Order: sequence, then C-alpha cells, then structure tokens
Amino acid sequence: MTKGKVSGIIANMVTLSVDGPVAQNEICYILLNGVRLMAEVIKVTGNNVYVQVFESTRGLKVGAEAEFTGHMLEVQLGPGMLSKNYDGLQNDLDKMDGVFLRRGQYTSPLDDERLWHFKPIVKVGDKVRAGDWLGEVEENYQPLKMMAPFRQKGVSTVKKIADEGDYTIKHIIAVLTDEQGNDVEVDMVQRWPVKLALTAYAEKLRPYKLLETGVRTIDTFNPIVEGGTGFIPGPFGTGKTVLQHAISKQAAADIVIMAACGERANEVVEIFTEYPELNDPHTGRKLMERTIIIANTSNMPVAAREASVYTAMTMAEYYRAMGLRVMLMADSTSRWAQALREMSNRMEELPGPDAFPMDISSIIANFYGRAGMVILNNGQKGSITFIGTVSPAGGNLKEPVTENTKKVARCFYALEQERADKKRYPAVNPIDSYSKYLEYPEFEAYITERINGEWTSKVNEMKTRMLRGKEIAEQINILGDDGVPVDYHVVFWKSELIDYVVLQQDAFDEIDAITPLERQEEIVDMVIDICHADFEFDTFLEVMDFFKKVINICKQVNYSEYKSDDYYRYRKELDVFLATKRK
Amino acid sequence: MATTAFQKIYTKISQITKATCTLKATDVGYDELATIDGKLAQVVKIAGDNVTLQVFEGTNGIPTNAEVVFLGKAPSLKVSDQLAGRFFNAYGNPIDGGPQIEGKEVEIGGPSVNPVRRKQPSELIATGIAGIDLNNTLVSGQKIPFFADPDQPFNQVMANVALRAQTDKIILGGMGMTNDDYLYFKNVFSNAGALDRIISFVNTTEDPAVERLLVPDMALTAAEYFAVEKNEKVLVLLTDMTSYADALSIVSNRMDQIPSKDSMPGSLYSDLAKIYEKAVQFPAGGSITIIAVTTLSGGDITHAVPDNTGYITEGQLFLRRDSDIGKVIVDPFRSLSRLKQLVSGKKTRRDHPQVMNAAVRLYADAANAKTKLENGFDLTDYDERTLAFAKAYSDQLLAIDVNVDTTEMLDVTWGLFGKYFKPEEVNIKKELVDTYWPKN
Repeated sequence: MTKGKVSGIIANMVTLSVDGPVAQNEICYILLNGVRLMAEVIKVTGNNVYVQVFESTRGLKVGAEAEFTGHMLEVQLGPGMLSKNYDGLQNDLDKMDGVFLRRGQYTSPLDDERLWHFKPIVKVGDKVRAGDWLGEVEENYQPLKMMAPFRQKGVSTVKKIADEGDYTIKHIIAVLTDEQGNDVEVDMVQRWPVKLALTAYAEKLRPYKLLETGVRTIDTFNPIVEGGTGFIPGPFGTGKTVLQHAISKQAAADIVIMAACGERANEVVEIFTEYPELNDPHTGRKLMERTIIIANTSNMPVAAREASVYTAMTMAEYYRAMGLRVMLMADSTSRWAQALREMSNRMEELPGPDAFPMDISSIIANFYGRAGMVILNNGQKGSITFIGTVSPAGGNLKEPVTENTKKVARCFYALEQERADKKRYPAVNPIDSYSKYLEYPEFEAYITERINGEWTSKVNEMKTRMLRGKEIAEQINILGDDGVPVDYHVVFWKSELIDYVVLQQDAFDEIDAITPLERQEEIVDMVIDICHADFEFDTFLEVMDFFKKVINICKQVNYSEYKSDDYYRYRKELDVFLATKRK
Repeated sequence: MATTAFQKIYTKISQITKATCTLKATDVGYDELATIDGKLAQVVKIAGDNVTLQVFEGTNGIPTNAEVVFLGKAPSLKVSDQLAGRFFNAYGNPIDGGPQIEGKEVEIGGPSVNPVRRKQPSELIATGIAGIDLNNTLVSGQKIPFFADPDQPFNQVMANVALRAQTDKIILGGMGMTNDDYLYFKNVFSNAGALDRIISFVNTTEDPAVERLLVPDMALTAAEYFAVEKNEKVLVLLTDMTSYADALSIVSNRMDQIPSKDSMPGSLYSDLAKIYEKAVQFPAGGSITIIAVTTLSGGDITHAVPDNTGYITEGQLFLRRDSDIGKVIVDPFRSLSRLKQLVSGKKTRRDHPQVMNAAVRLYADAANAKTKLENGFDLTDYDERTLAFAKAYSDQLLAIDVNVDTTEMLDVTWGLFGKYFKPEEVNIKKELVDTYWPKN
C-alpha cells in the first residue's frame, strides 16, 4: 500500500508527500503518537496529496507517517444497525470509552458475536443479481433481507445456501458462482463506499403514495409521498427541529434515519432519551426500534460532517433494497455545505456565491437524487423519503444552499419568522410553501381511492382562501376595519379559521400532536362546511366575535380524543352555535 | 516564561505581519505554543519547515532576530479547587495578586463529550425574572445568549441571573470587557458574598484583542473540571461573544482567508459551536450551563454573529426598551428557550405552557392594534383591551426588574386574562380555564 509523510498542516487540512498511487477520496490514516487519525484525499497535485483529517490535528508534526487503505470511505451494512447511535463515520458511539470522545478511537458499527435467526429465500441453482434477496433475518420485528453482494456484476448462480438457523454476521450464508465461474462467499455484512449511490434496483418510479405524518399542514396542505423529497428552510427559532422530530415520530415508515449534521448535541440526546419510551403510532412498538441516529453534532470534527449525510443515505439505500419504506432526515444540510466551504477555503479554491464552492449545486442535486421510490429486481417496492432542513444565513432564502435545494426538492415547507413570532406553530407559511406532488396525476388517483375524489379540490379551495384572506388583511391594514365591506371581514375570518383549526397544531399536546388521516378529513370537512355557510352580520365586530368563538370551539374539538364524548359534545356545541348566525 | 536547558532557540524570523510571524523550524506540533521574545504565540500553519505563529498580543516591536522558543504543548490551564474565588487573565495567570494555582495541567479546547454520555437536561433554573421564567424557562445544561444592543443593561441582568440561580460555581469569561464592567461584576459578586464560588478569566478592552480567543476555552476548561470531577453545577457567563468573533475575523483576515458574510471567517459557525456545545448535563449530576452575551448592532439579528449564534444556542433572550412603560423588557417575540418544554408544565404548574402561549398571542394582537393606531384607524373594543393588557403584562411580568416565583407569575397572568378578556378570547383548554379563571 502507498505510504505518505506529512509536509504541511493548516487546521484539519494536511498535505502529504506520497510514494505511490492514490485515488481521489481514498482513505488514509496518519500516525500521531500511536493514534491513527482517519483522513480523506480531497486533492492531488503531483506527489503532494491534500487530505482532510476527520479529527483534531493538534500536536501533529511534519514528517508524521501516513498509510493509505486503497478504498474510499465505506460503511458496513448488516443486521444490528437499528436503534444504534453512530457518529458520521459510522462508529458506534455507545461502544466508546469515557465521557469525552478521544481522537483516533474507532469502534465497530456491528456486533460480531450476536446470533441472528436466518431463513433462506433462494435455493441452490437459483440465478441472482446484485442486491437480490438470499435470505432473511429479523431485527426489532423488522424482516431484514440478506442480499447478494452489491458489487457483484452480472448474474450469479447460488451454489450453496445456509439452512435456517442461528448465525453470526460473519457466517457464510451463501456461496455464489459468478459469470466467470468464480465462487464468491457471502456473509451478512456488505461494505459500500458512501459517496456512490447504491443502485441495485430495476427502475425508479414517480412517487405517488401519500406518506402520512400526522402533521396537518403537511398531510393536508402540502403532502409528501413515499420516495418523495422535501426541505424545510427557516431562520433559527421557527421550529425546524420540532417539526422534523414530529415527522420522524409519526411518519408511516419502516425505518427512520436521523442525520444530525452539525447541529446541537442536546437534540440527539432528546431522540435517544424519548424515542425508547414513545410508541410508533402505526405499529405500537417503541419508536427507537425503527430509528438509527447518525450524530455529527456541531462540536464534532467538521470534515466528518460531510461524511455523516452520505453515511445516512447509504444506510437508507441498504434498507430500501430490502423493500422497506425508509424516512431519512438530515438536520441541517446547510452545515454540511458550510463544511465544504471551510475546506474549499483552506484549499484556496476560487469561491462561488457567499464563498461556497462552485459545485455546491451539483453536490446538492446528486444527493437529493439518491432518494426515491424504486422497483426492485423481484418486483417489490422500496422507498427513501428524504427531508432536509436548511438554515439560511440571516433567514434570507436568497442564499446558495436554499436556492439550489429548491431546484431539486419537490416539497417546500417555508418556516416563517412572522408566524413563529405570533406562536402560530408549525410556522410553515401556507402561501409560499408547496408540494409538487399535489399536481401529480398518480397522486390524485391514489388520494381519490384513499380518501375521495374531492380531496384535492378542497385542499386547493383552502389554499385559495388563505391567499384571499392575506390580501384582505393587507387591505384592512391600509383602509381600516371600517374601510372594507363586512363581507371582506367574513372572508378574512374564514381564512383565520382554516389557519387556527387546520394549520396550527400543538406539537406538545398529546392528542393534537398527531392527527390520523381520517381525522384530518373530518377537520377539513368541518372547516369547509363553515366556509361554505352564509351568516348574518351587521358589523365587522360581530364577525370577529363570532369567528373567535367558532375557532375556540373547533380547537376544543381538536384537543379532544377522537370520537370521545367530549369530541361529540364540542361538535354539537359547534353546530348549535353556528345555527345562531346562519342565514 | 523562562527557557530551560537543551531547548532549541530560533532567532531568524523570515516574515512578520500585524498578528503573525513565520520562521523556519522543525519538529513543531500543530497548535503548539511558543514564545517570541517572551510574547506568547501559537502555531497556526505549517508548510514544510516554514512555521507560522499567531502572536496573541500582536507583533509590535518584534525584531527579525527575536528569540523564538517552542514550548511543546498547546495552551493549557492548571485545574484544582484552588481556582475558586480567583481572577485570571486570558492566559490563566492570576491578576488578583494571589499565588499561582497548583494542580493538574489540562490542555484547553479539549475533546467534545460523547453525545451518548450526555443526559437530557431537566432541571429548571429559576431567575425570578418573568420574561425568562414564564416565557423562556432556563434549564441546567442549556446554552443561551442575551441578544442586546450595547446600551442595554445586559451585564446587570446577567449578574442578577447568576446570583439568583442555584449553582455551585459561576465562571465569568470576559472578552473585550470594559474595566468598569469588570469591576462591576467583582463588586456585585463580593457584595453578595458569592466571591468564593466565582472564577473569572478576563480580557479587558485594554488587553490585546487576539488574547480573547483563549478566554472561553479557559473558562470552559475550568468548568469541565468542576462539572466532571466534582459533579458540580457550573454556570459559565461569557460576555461579550461579539468581541470574541471580532478577534476571530482579525486573525482570519491576517491569515489571508476568504471572508464570508459580514467579513467573518467561513468557519464562524464551527468556531462558536465548539464553545457553546461545552454546555452539558452529565448523568452523574454535574452540569455546565452557558449564558452568553452577543451584542447587536442596531438590533440586527441577521448579522453573521447573532445569526450563527442563534443556530447553535438553545434559544436567545432578547432585551428591548419598551417605550410604553419606560423599562427594559425581555421581548416575548424574539426570545426563545428551546429547552423550556422539558420543564414547563412538568417542573412548574401544568397550565404553564398554555398560559404562556396565550399571553404572547394576545400580546401579538396588541402589537397589531398598535399598528392600526399608528396608521390612524379606529380601534375596536377588543383592540383597546389588548393594548391595556399588553401594558399591564409588560409592566408586571416582562420587565427585568420583576422578581417573583413561577406560580405567582401564572396567577398574575390569569388575573390579567380575567381583567381584560372573556374566556373564549384566550384560546386555552377549557379544563384549565375552569380551574384557573379568576372567580368574581
């Protein structure tokens, strides 16, 4: 293997002079007082190789030796990853000693000793391609497929397959004969370079199937679909993380992967403290059982931040190849872009907008492109739904990361300072935000079957009413309450009704936090009915008083357990009260 | 610092800028300290045998033949219980005339806590200030800055918070602090009889700016000693982080780095996060809570320093002068404590979250009414009532001179609701209204 010697150091960018061939993105280890510091090649000029070190370089000296590994940054994929807390390089954080992270401490992501109950799927003589299912083990009640090696080329023949039984991950579960007649031994672990997309599937589909999150402003107003992509930009304090956690808790997914990318450590602590206690609303099992955390918190080495999102995506692709529905969340992709910026700056590259590297747009586009719903070789479907947050500098959405993400993500959930200031949570702006999936005929067909054929037209009506309400609010601001007809006030207050009852949701209230789709349908019908009703008012003051009371009753409905006595009581109270002003 | 035997002395500096010196040297470690004619410096770049040193107090008067001695270690602090009650400069040397500290020598800016070894913060820190306790409850292990214009009394508020909070140690990191403010803190703490639990690391405006870069790490290294080894609850006060960021931008500029937004280095987020993320709750009971000050320019929070800070910290406390009552208040719109839901309604009375939100919502309605008034429109009866409510709310609760306990704050708020509104106007769960709405 190629060896190198340190010839220069600026923070975590180190120059090595090397004695042999190296590859771009190859991993090497720099030796420092008996500790091995992992680093990745980011630029080569002649015999000088620039590497970014994933650790602190304090105390490193010129002349220190480096060993190259011959491969890019890889993850190990196999059973035993669920409920784990990994760092950005897939080290198991729970296996590390001590309170503080020690540099050069790398731990195995999988458990070599644990036994898994294996059931074969193929039989001797079957033909398999890369990613085809050979057998199955169960982890946390989730059937995990053990697959033919992703690196395999062409079609292989199954020469041997293990019988049903308990094995460790290193046990040879199958022997495959490839097209050249070579025998390949297969165990339960696969290695894959994180920066390459795992494409062991037949085709990628246009996604269409609603992914329920229980968050009304998403499911009803701007739905995301299985295999869809979305992003949440917003200034700090507008509730990005609360919204993302709500989605991760409630989404109808088999596996949830949370990449905490350059964010607060306490947010990760919240996940692994609360998720083992909380139930998955769809299966009733503990949330942690389906969750994997990739934590590269803001105080962990910057270079590993970039790796963390790729590590997360590669794991997601692994589960998708098993035919599972994966929800991947990255908080925040801006921190990743900033890590790229820091390194680009140290390499003295010519900067693009806001000093970000010029290729930021293609990096973001390629990453979002790895999500999606696919048909596997065996006809089964698997999906990765990806939602990233963006932290725009100064809350200004005209900045490179937001703009480039907007080009590729299909759902846009714009968090707004003004709404957050008024405590109208979730602070998703109902007018600027969008979901392209609402326009997909595939989605329309799906939702017609799932709910009814009028759903999208009702949603669009509410959107129009929100827009109209905003326009009238502006007119009232200019002309005064008396300056516009009473009817205008009615239209405005109907939009407020939609806002308060459908859009606003209390993430910290046990009942209101999650609204199943049937209940969302009822809420929408309740609100639309009121919007369609004609009422008698003499003055705008009456309008305001009336709708405030209506909103208040509707909110009590939302706070009540679905179809409980209270629920029906408040529904009745609402009907009685509405009747007092109905024409 | 005296040289010792067999230490290699370099005397040929090849390049000098305002903050850095470059010379040829070998066997030098990254981040290592050196002295140049006795001035402390740190290695910031190595390219072959060219070593660039950042000189903390500036390069004024350094000749090309200055004596350069490498110390073989990164900046460090001696930690022990002797730190308590002492005042130090940015290098960790005593400035109170007392003896040097004896203890274990620890490199500052050490490694991060493994996130899985953290515990979720859950202990309320009461300050008596309703703008904080009621609307933005603080929790131990939290990191939160005051966003304030330079003319606002943030140091006084911070001193109050520090003294009222139940903590074992208070560590003050002063960066670019005026000498007057330094003496103010010293007096307030000694008058309160709290000097024995105070430790200060101070860089005043009279000291070189670049020295400030050491202050937060010094303070937090001391904090980690007490929180980890002694399981103590430590409160770290950092004022003013904008001065710290200014020093960062000076250094990065001298290092020819391409500036990003507002002339700040592209690594500003990571640099600030490394400091703030030291806030932690340990399972063994020790904790580090960081309350910082970020001064703003004309209330602009989109500037790179407050903006990056906001993304790192767990909320922010925004001070503003309320012209209606003529007092400084904690602004309920821009302020936020992200950890409040871990304690509010759990460690406080159960109506706390809803009361807090309802009051802020009504306060927002008052702001709308005020806009209407300013635009010359007639106010409705509801508008009039929200304005009256806002004034009372501001005066009795938001003002920073308030000092009551949380239950009383809730009762006062219900009292104001009852005085100015009907139950259906406050949008609170009926069950809570039935219990707490003022009778009569």
